[in-house]
Amino acid sequence: MTDATQDATPRADGSILTADPRTARRNAAERRFRAYGLAAIVAALSMLFLLLVSILSQGLPAFTQTTVELEVALPAETLDPRGERDPDDIAQILTFGYVPLIEAAMERRVADLGVTIEGLEDPAALLSKSAPAQVRNHVLANPEVIGGTYVFRFLATSRVDQFLKNEVTLESAERDSRISVAQLRLAEALREAGALERGFNWGFVTGPDASDQRPEAAGLGVAILGSAYMMLIVLFLALPIGVAASIYLEEFAPQNRFTDVIEVNISNLAAVPSIVFGILGLAIFINFVGLPQSAPIVGGLVLTLMTLPTIIISTRAALKSVPPSIRTAALGVGASKMQTVFHHVLPLAGPGILTGTIIGLAQALGETAPLLLIGMVAFVGEYPDAPPEGFFDPASALPVQIYNWTQRADPAFAERASGAIIVLLVFLAIMNIAAVLLRRRFERRW
Amino acid sequence: MPTLRIIAPAIALAALATGAAVAQGREQVQVAGSSTVLPYANIAAEYFGENFDFPTPIIQAGGSSAGLKLFCQGLGETTVDIANSSRPMRESERAVCIENGVTDIIEVRLGYDGIVFASQTDGPDFADFEAAQWYRAMAAELPRDGTLVPNPYTRWSEIDARLPDVPITAFIPGTKHGTREVFEEKVLLHGCEASSALEEIAAIMGGDEDAAEAACMAVRDDGRAVDIDGDYTETLARIEANPDAVGVFGLSFYENNTDKLRVATMGGVVPSTETIASGEYPVSRPLFFYVKGAHIGVIPGLKEFAAFFVHDQVAGPGGPLADYGLVPDPALSDMQARIETEESL
Repeated sequence: MTDATQDATPRADGSILTADPRTARRNAAERRFRAYGLAAIVAALSMLFLLLVSILSQGLPAFTQTTVELEVALPAETLDPRGERDPDDIAQILTFGYVPLIEAAMERRVADLGVTIEGLEDPAALLSKSAPAQVRNHVLANPEVIGGTYVFRFLATSRVDQFLKNEVTLESAERDSRISVAQLRLAEALREAGALERGFNWGFVTGPDASDQRPEAAGLGVAILGSAYMMLIVLFLALPIGVAASIYLEEFAPQNRFTDVIEVNISNLAAVPSIVFGILGLAIFINFVGLPQSAPIVGGLVLTLMTLPTIIISTRAALKSVPPSIRTAALGVGASKMQTVFHHVLPLAGPGILTGTIIGLAQALGETAPLLLIGMVAFVGEYPDAPPEGFFDPASALPVQIYNWTQRADPAFAERASGAIIVLLVFLAIMNIAAVLLRRRFERRW
Repeated sequence: MPTLRIIAPAIALAALATGAAVAQGREQVQVAGSSTVLPYANIAAEYFGENFDFPTPIIQAGGSSAGLKLFCQGLGETTVDIANSSRPMRESERAVCIENGVTDIIEVRLGYDGIVFASQTDGPDFADFEAAQWYRAMAAELPRDGTLVPNPYTRWSEIDARLPDVPITAFIPGTKHGTREVFEEKVLLHGCEASSALEEIAAIMGGDEDAAEAACMAVRDDGRAVDIDGDYTETLARIEANPDAVGVFGLSFYENNTDKLRVATMGGVVPSTETIASGEYPVSRPLFFYVKGAHIGVIPGLKEFAAFFVHDQVAGPGGPLADYGLVPDPALSDMQARIETEESL
């Protein structure tokens, strides 16, 4: 026995303190695996970082906008030739009639500035094409200003705005047909005189879309409203239908071939490409039912169809996670099946249902493809009315507004598109954070 | 009250359903169609909305064919009132329209659009092009000694010593674009004729003129001519990434990006609204919109918008559309009269 112990070859390298080759290999494999995992996380994070940096660096400038302060004379002989201050008479002068007034005001401002800029032509080109409409709307709303002067704050044209953001330079302006070097020098001079300044761009968040000629005036207001309307419709349709369907399937339905088929189809529906729902929306809601094009109601209905499976699947998971002991206890004290579900099971499943719904809504908010087919990708210049009538008014949506702007020729729209992406990301982040918080706050574990 | 909790959503559902049923008459003019006409329609709609009591028209993009298809779907509030198109309506489309009850169609030409060839400002000096050079660079097969051979040219300088010595890379509009048709007919076919290749091909093909023309317009597929199915912003991005490439753009797109693009002349003529209007610059095409006559008087503001779109102050020289790059139609007054009298096709 003792001999045997002495004869036995000791562990390869003797001590447990020094690892044998096999252990060293195992340890190395583990270290390598950890390194791979870390590398995967670093890769994912750096991609996210790259995405955010590129969007933020391009999009943040969209939240500031250059404006120009200008005193405009509003002579009665051009604006109200008959002198009766009749609103119909004043409305006869279209925006085209206001262009010379603004041009004259700008010429005078340049003369007052006291600097001579060589080769300066058309100083009014510094101002947005929305300026005449701004003056006209003010005159129509306040006819008493006719005959006097009024100080307006106009949007600067996108090229001047981009100049202050260092996107347009004096070199690029030499080749640019939309702005000249002299006009940019004038912008500098006006800035020194305090008439031209850059401030927060409320119009970008609240204003309606503008045409291709006025990137500086384009805003997200209609798109945000349209998206909000659609989310309301999705919430009020998908949540009750989805919860009712899952309660029935989970608590009441018999387990048979028929319910199996339904279950498989719900899972299938969740995986259907979203564009298919758009085709369906066009065929059924617009062509068959006769709902209007470009309206949030159709978008909302299409997105409801798309969100429904997500909500049903997450609601069923939430209902399943409620332990059977709760049900048996309720049934044991004499509650009916329905009382059991509505008094005990549903409240306990609530947080899970809510989380699933919010995630489903966030998905619907970012969806573009089905909206392409139902006319939501459109130039919509006016806000929809308040709901419920507003559900039938034309509106845009955030993701399609982004898509729309990336297709426009003026480079300033690229900045706006990135700005809109930031707004969309902020909404998505708020919704996802709300889902996480609600889950943390109310979730119960058994 | 658990029953109430079940009933409440059901009531909400029912309310929405009845709401859907009582949706009242449409107030806005609905427009759909060509993405080339889209910016002009947007600008006109914006001016229209800010100057009149009518709501701003809704303008959808999607392409000429898609727009005309929507237009010809029938009459009624769910169909569009105006279709924008960068080409005239085809007979087949008109037949579909008439079949669906859309019989009164007013065709309005709002102006012309130029197609230009541009490259990076810092790239090689593509200053002058001839249609024949483009034909030789882009054709799938060229006639050589009595047979058709696959296009042998790989560098611009091989075609003409005056062109830069760089590989041929051209970004041309994809086949779904109306611009492609213009490119094929006004550049490739024209170049084919000018270089007398058309006669040679016709001779090879035994006198079949149509087949010869088709052969002239066939674009090589060895990667030197790249179809762009997206819009001009995609072409611009590809040009910015490739200094040696040449791209095909609309005049208005170029006018908005003159700091990044250098335009080449065609046959010695610089593209501009003036040279296109006078017909000196050869590569241009008319832009149209079609108005549904049956909707006039039903959809408020439809006739007014159509008339405003071609008003002298809007579509005429010096107007906002010309400012954006539209070549004004010299016969604008005819178009105005056509809308006034509601003269249909």
